[in-house]
Amino acid sequence: MVSETNNATLVYERPESLTEMPTFYCPGCTHGTAHRLVAEVLDEMGIRETTIGVAPVGCSVFAYNYFNHDYVEAAHGRAPAMATGIKRVLPKKMVYTYQGDGDLASIGMGEIMHAAARGENITVIYLNNAIYGMTGGQMSPTTLPNMKTTSTPLGRDVEVAGYPIRMAEIISNLDAVSYVVRRSLHNPANIRKTKKAVKTAFQTQASGMGFSMVEILSSCPTNWKLSPSKSLEFIEEQMIPVYPIADFKVNPEIKNIKG
Amino acid sequence: MVKKLLKGNEAFAEAAIRAGCEGFFGYPITPSTEFLEHMAKRMPELGRGFVQAESEVAAINMVYGAACTGKRAMTASSSPGISLMMEGISYIAGTEVPAVIVNVMRGGPGLGNIAPSQGDYNQMVKGGGHGDYFPIVLAPASVQEAIDYITLAFDLADKYRSLVFVIVDGNLGQMMEPAELPPMRDLDFITPEWAVDGETEGRERRFLSSIYIDPKDEEVTNIRLLRRKLEIEKNEILYHTEEIDDAEIVIVAFGTAGRVASTAVRQARQEGIKVGLFRPITLSPFPYKEIEKLADQAKSMLVAEMNTGMMLDDVSLSVKGKIPIEFYGRMGGITPFPDEILDEIRRINNSPPTDTDFNAREAWLDRLELIIEGEN
Repeated sequence: MVSETNNATLVYERPESLTEMPTFYCPGCTHGTAHRLVAEVLDEMGIRETTIGVAPVGCSVFAYNYFNHDYVEAAHGRAPAMATGIKRVLPKKMVYTYQGDGDLASIGMGEIMHAAARGENITVIYLNNAIYGMTGGQMSPTTLPNMKTTSTPLGRDVEVAGYPIRMAEIISNLDAVSYVVRRSLHNPANIRKTKKAVKTAFQTQASGMGFSMVEILSSCPTNWKLSPSKSLEFIEEQMIPVYPIADFKVNPEIKNIKG
Repeated sequence: MVKKLLKGNEAFAEAAIRAGCEGFFGYPITPSTEFLEHMAKRMPELGRGFVQAESEVAAINMVYGAACTGKRAMTASSSPGISLMMEGISYIAGTEVPAVIVNVMRGGPGLGNIAPSQGDYNQMVKGGGHGDYFPIVLAPASVQEAIDYITLAFDLADKYRSLVFVIVDGNLGQMMEPAELPPMRDLDFITPEWAVDGETEGRERRFLSSIYIDPKDEEVTNIRLLRRKLEIEKNEILYHTEEIDDAEIVIVAFGTAGRVASTAVRQARQEGIKVGLFRPITLSPFPYKEIEKLADQAKSMLVAEMNTGMMLDDVSLSVKGKIPIEFYGRMGGITPFPDEILDEIRRINNSPPTDTDFNAREAWLDRLELIIEGEN
């Protein structure tokens, strides 16, 4: 037994950038996966002790309980403004926001657009699950056409409620942004690609190249009223056709920093 | 240092810089815009944070972020802009981080106009944002006082982890008068132990939030904020008096209205009328006890404001019906002339009021309508 223990290789452990607190997220929700990816990147880059996160309002309102580094909690939608204030007085610190689609694409549309337009040297982790989770499943700006929510009980009628907003595409049109991509958490291959993108986004900031954002397609089994596995299928079959996984803007200089 | 002819808004901004402000975030609005313009020029050349935000909503949340790092952070705006900031103001109060906000008040409600007013008294002094919180409110009456109290505002904000409003009106923001700026202070502040500054090496992580999801925790926070308010009341009340010792009529007025009343008091004294001025400088905490003491000595009071009598209510609470209170106000962006206050002093002196229970506001409105008719 002793020799077995000695030969054992640790292949998986909690990143130092996560606290030991169990999350309150619903079973099958991919927020936990996204948290872990961010934490792994902070660990790998050795920046846990010099990073400040800004939590949103929504399901990830308590993100600051789960991340083991300095954090502040913003008002609904205002995380990019708060991050701007932090970064402008502490320009050497790594600053990122973690936001959902209601927070970023609805009430916080002004703050995200202008932080991006200024080329603020911050990173935005944007989880898009096409619904308001915390308030119990209302339509968000990214809800798919005909998708049923508690505030679109007959499905999102594009004639009266409009069409989904594709934030990565919109923000990639701003001159000052350096890195804007969309990724997804629906299977292991895509989770790995998401982590690479998160790392590139933080590297973009670390190199002082300005605004970076990773839009991450995420599941909400509870409010989608689907099982966790069906939710992952929903991302692949329903969301990706509307929200294609792609690099929308990559500053050519980023190749150099990635080495 | 020698006195120089300084423009209000620019001098206020420079005073904030010299007090160690390291982050300014604002949005242009008349009559406060020169504040932002001065910051736009000076902050980058000093290597400090400056952003012209996309809105007042964003500006106050940038102040919130910068304040969470323990750095001295501020904004300046005017009435409608301050209304937009109320969300962030409540969050800053709930998170207990220090911040300084200058409100160069203008006529309202709504879009109103850009002329000087004191119509934001209730919004500033009583709160304005949601939830139980108590900002410190300083009301200077000259460019020099504003310079001095903006400096004090940063110290009070840090001392009590409190919001401090410095409220002036468009008169003070726009006027030029001789004043002296303090020397530039070194940025040798010790980072407070609550600050989220991203220096986690060798310490536990920190977080700042206004969430207390368990009502018991929120109540503990409400108690802490109220205790702090009571402590501020004990320690920080400021006011200015003129000719008060033998005064039979005491005028209570703040800011520009206090300055106009000061001229009227000097003229009335030349006519032999025993009148004095009590000018509160801290509107929150309000000098209730000091005004009550004057009610034991004087025969009547006259409250003068550039609003509908918002501070009148607080003076009434102080006086407790001991002596009659009269009111004179101008509104809508109109600044009263000293003669208007002087006429009120003469009227009260000629026929001293005796009824402590009459409606000062209603009586004033009847007089004011006649005055306005005469002006037209």
